[in-house]
Amino acid sequence: MHPAIRQIEHYLTRHLDGVLLGLVVALMTLGLAVLISASNLSPMRITGQLINMLFALGLLWVFANIPPHFLSRLALPLYCLGVLLLVAVAVGGDKIQGARRWLDLGITRIQPSELMKIAVPLAMAWYFDRHEAALRLRHYVVATFILVVPIALIVKQPDLGTAVLITAAGFFVLFLAGLHWRIIAGLAALVIGSLPFVWGALHDYQRQRILMLLDPSQDPLGAGYHTIQSTIAVGSGGWLGKGWLSGTQTHLDFIPERTTDFVFAVFGEEFGLLGCVVLLGLFLSVISRGMLITANAPTMFTRLLAGAITLTFFTYAFVNIGMVIGILPVVGVPLPLISYGGTSLASICIGIGILMSIHSHKKLVQT
Amino acid sequence: MSNGLSINPGVEIRNAQLEIHHFRVRLVIAAGFVLAMFLLLAGRIVYLQVVKHGELYTLAEANRISIVPVAPNRGLIADRNGIVLAHNYSAYTLEVQPHRIANLDSLIDEVATLVEITPRDRRRFKKLLEETKSVGTLPIRTRLTDEEIARFAAHRYRFPGVEINARLFRQYPQGEIFSHVVGHIGRINQREVEQLEADGLIANYRGSDYIGKTGLEQYYERYLHGTTGVEEVEVDSGGRPVRTLSSTPAVSGHNLVLHLDARLQEVAYNAIGERRGSLVAIDPATGGVLAFVSKPGFDVNLFVDGIDSVNWNELNNSPDKPLVNRALNGTYPPGSTFKPYMALAGLAYGKRTPQQTIRDPGYFMFGGHQFRDSRPGGHGIVDMYKSIVMSSDTYYYMLANDLGIDAIARFMAQFGFGSRTGIDISGESAGVLPSQEWKLRRFNTKWFPGETISIGIGQGYNSYTPLQLAQAIATLANDGVAYRPRIVSHIEDFRAQERTLIESQRARTLDLKREHLAVVKNALVGVAKEGTSARSFAGAAYVSAGKTGTAQVIGIKQGEKYVESKVHEQLRDHSLYIAYAPAEKPRIALAVIVENAGFGARAAAPVARKVLDYYLLGKVPAPERRVREDHASGH
Repeated sequence: MHPAIRQIEHYLTRHLDGVLLGLVVALMTLGLAVLISASNLSPMRITGQLINMLFALGLLWVFANIPPHFLSRLALPLYCLGVLLLVAVAVGGDKIQGARRWLDLGITRIQPSELMKIAVPLAMAWYFDRHEAALRLRHYVVATFILVVPIALIVKQPDLGTAVLITAAGFFVLFLAGLHWRIIAGLAALVIGSLPFVWGALHDYQRQRILMLLDPSQDPLGAGYHTIQSTIAVGSGGWLGKGWLSGTQTHLDFIPERTTDFVFAVFGEEFGLLGCVVLLGLFLSVISRGMLITANAPTMFTRLLAGAITLTFFTYAFVNIGMVIGILPVVGVPLPLISYGGTSLASICIGIGILMSIHSHKKLVQT
Repeated sequence: MSNGLSINPGVEIRNAQLEIHHFRVRLVIAAGFVLAMFLLLAGRIVYLQVVKHGELYTLAEANRISIVPVAPNRGLIADRNGIVLAHNYSAYTLEVQPHRIANLDSLIDEVATLVEITPRDRRRFKKLLEETKSVGTLPIRTRLTDEEIARFAAHRYRFPGVEINARLFRQYPQGEIFSHVVGHIGRINQREVEQLEADGLIANYRGSDYIGKTGLEQYYERYLHGTTGVEEVEVDSGGRPVRTLSSTPAVSGHNLVLHLDARLQEVAYNAIGERRGSLVAIDPATGGVLAFVSKPGFDVNLFVDGIDSVNWNELNNSPDKPLVNRALNGTYPPGSTFKPYMALAGLAYGKRTPQQTIRDPGYFMFGGHQFRDSRPGGHGIVDMYKSIVMSSDTYYYMLANDLGIDAIARFMAQFGFGSRTGIDISGESAGVLPSQEWKLRRFNTKWFPGETISIGIGQGYNSYTPLQLAQAIATLANDGVAYRPRIVSHIEDFRAQERTLIESQRARTLDLKREHLAVVKNALVGVAKEGTSARSFAGAAYVSAGKTGTAQVIGIKQGEKYVESKVHEQLRDHSLYIAYAPAEKPRIALAVIVENAGFGARAAAPVARKVLDYYLLGKVPAPERRVREDHASGH
């Protein structure tokens, strides 16, 4: 091989992690296969998702090449911008299906809550890193404040799925930053104690979804319909599934949102237990790789950021699958790298890109 | 990292290492949590896909496969010459699923902006809704035009629970004339559902909304209905069929071919004119019913989709009682048409000989009570022939007295008086053949000998259906061999191209002496030739036998005279005629009654003449003249 080409190749790939990239591509391939079936071979959706994937991989590469210290400098401005946009959404956002989530910028519409999935853990990691030398209780309080402000704005939209994901991400940062066990216990007590108030603040449809989890058969054609049909789909798959493109629940339109939030039902129906085990194995591999990177991260900032990204990825997968198989309430959380949709693909790939960056820039920091 | 100003670098490094150690402990805990949660997911997935697989697989199949019944075509009904009396046509209907709609009235108002919905449609729908209470679909409009279909289809999304369906409809082209014999179908009601369930037939009615309600439609329901087919259809979540997986086609119902002659029926129906009445004509040699008229009829098509309340009340409360099947359920005193049978009884029991005469002074005294003859001054010297031809009442007062009520009852029972004929329409009335035993049972009192007297001229407790009168004269015409009256002659299996003949069933053979029959039959010929109906049968190209009759509606008090013009029309006498022809080899026997039309000779005999002329000669009567003597004002 010509040395120049080798040079270019080295330049292109030096910050990429082969293991993670392989896993991501494998998951995307599976996602595309399921989408082909779930969309009933819709060429528009398939090419659309292909473009989304290429774009997301591009973002992955870009973020893999951004050194972590540069990110830490971006943390505060990014966070502030995010909060400002959320406020703007709350004041003048576009209302779609009863929820105010989108901000019209004239050229394009954006969903600022999506940005916060990265910006919140980034800001918290940056904040803890600044006070690494002597972490006191007040630092945890301030970090919690950083977390709660955007969450409150997002719950108000309302977008329960994103709020759950950001809360989880923030909590993981607090946890990994060494929040004292007593405080964790206290917080747990506080959360349980505040449940009745949270219940009162929830929208009717949100309450319905939670109630339906307890007994989906109560309203089989209403709120319980999604869960009943998705569990039927998964269960009817059996050991080996009904085969690609052969899921009856999928192709006869019994699974709602089957290309997006309920795509796992399609997967379970057509690929069966074998497919599910492979998929869970792939997710677990991504998480394991992420944890390994986290464990070896050189600074507090990178450790917390890598941990938060890894555990958020876990939260995505867990909440989504849990909802489809009927052990968690229905919240709008996509299945990472599988669900149709550019936004979630982009934010997941940005996260994985950051993980790669943390991994590859470690040596540079240490030397 | 800012470690430039640290006093003790060793502590700093140890702190950093301790910190990393703490961090890794936390990370391990998090990893444990992740693993536990994944195991939870895996456990639930294994539970669903392995433990509950069978159950959930079945549910998925039930989701996708819908068993759709395919309603069979109902068999046709045609007369002996192939004239169709009941058939099916396909039309589009607008149907509503009431259980899916919160406010039916406002829905109908909205639909009415697209598709015309008349007040009649609304009333009918309301009545259907009250009757069915089921979860099925109910038609709100039938026979949509192409334009209406297009208009509704464009707005369909606004009306969940409302749909357009192609349905087969039953139609009766000559509904009014055949209303009581062909009958009609109607929507299956709760009582019928229970009956079908009890008979184990409910499965065959899965796709059917209709069932025979009256007449032949009801009696031959199990032949006409056909066998319901089944289609296994794959449906999507909206219940829309995607493709057919398997199907068993429906088998059409059998067709009925009748003995009935539609044109004869029409001639008879029209001959009765504006009056109420009934006519039953039977082929004496087979028992085949040639005409079965009850007038007025009604448009049975109104009943097919459920009748609306206005039309229902109008029919139900009409003084003409069009809903009553007079031929089957109207019971009338036979009047003088009873006399030929009385004469036969007198001969059979040896109470009279043909030549034996009586003197008829115009009345018969019994127990200080005067029984008047309809002819003031009487008929003078009367033998059996003259008693029938001139219709002497006195002769039969005496004969009845000589026979006694029980002998009369025993003899008349053989002709089918007072018992159901067993015709192939349900709900037949038995009439009343009075006897001592009957009176004891009915009124719990003794029979008075004086009551026997008027029985002899067909009055008193005597009460029979026109069908029974026709059956009796057919039996007489056939020399005492009685066949069970049958309207249907063949059942056609359309698919197998088979025709099954309904065999004539001999009901009984009467033990009558040939010479006795000859005497009475000769006298009946005399009635049409030179007797009470001679005027009606003047110039007939065939020899017919007949007997006039007049049935009293109200009793006339002693010493009073019945003056027709003074009696309210509904209480005037009924006019009757029984006949058969040709006399030597009868092809048709009939009984006709025209309500409140007076003497038998006046109204009923001309009807019989028209019917016989048509049946034997193919002569179609001229259209009814609108202006008649007794309806001079016209209509």
